[in-house]
Amino acid sequence: MKRDASPPIASAHRRRLIVAGGAILAARMLPARADSAPLPAIPELDAYLAGRTPQLGRLILDLPRLADDGNAVAMRVTMPGPFAQGEHVTSIALFSEKNPVPKMAQFEFPLPSERVDIESRVRLAGSQRVVAVAILAGGAVHAAIAEVVVTLAACLDGS
Amino acid sequence: MAASRVQVPAEVRRGDSVEVKISIRHPMESGFRVDDSGRRIARNTIREFTCRYNGKPVFVARLGSGIAANPYLRFFLTAAESGQLSFEWVDEAGERGDALASLTVVG
Repeated sequence: MKRDASPPIASAHRRRLIVAGGAILAARMLPARADSAPLPAIPELDAYLAGRTPQLGRLILDLPRLADDGNAVAMRVTMPGPFAQGEHVTSIALFSEKNPVPKMAQFEFPLPSERVDIESRVRLAGSQRVVAVAILAGGAVHAAIAEVVVTLAACLDGS
Repeated sequence: MAASRVQVPAEVRRGDSVEVKISIRHPMESGFRVDDSGRRIARNTIREFTCRYNGKPVFVARLGSGIAANPYLRFFLTAAESGQLSFEWVDEAGERGDALASLTVVG
């Protein structure tokens, strides 16, 4: 009978455990995010940066960690605001480490945009790192890196 | 040319960020594929896409073979006045496509 008196505490503890477990699971399922790893060596990327060293951390590139089909991989690139006067994003370019054409896309904002949040679908020729580079009106350069494992590569090289 | 589908909110408030989604039917031929007789299929992708809001360009996308077939784009613009959104794109063969959507701004 004494055991029956304790369940409220025990169950609260169990609930905390379950919540913690859920949080760990959720963290493991999060998509690949930018980290502080060095930029992959892509000649086109180096040419685009032209010697400028991008800041990592503010620009966010979301790609799945594991993509089943490299022919269409969901991509999202975001730059959280607010942007100071004259510090808005003017362009965001995407570079692939393994595609035959490394520069995948470039998005431009001819007018200052309050919300920089772009989604598209990219082709990836194999497991690789993808780099997004944002250039601000004031000249600041931001980058984000995402690593993707591709099960079925887009047949970009004819193989 | 290619058919497309555009999605914008029916009504937005002034100053709001407006989500714009567009999907365009286009093979985005990479130039690395071969046909049944082994001949290389010429590269042909949409190279430039422009969204104009009441005539002013607000979003431009320069695409290539790294973008999936039937390209889908989602972006945001800031609501100012009621009016028209026009979308225009051109592929490497010089073919153009366009689409229109109207935006109603209240408040």
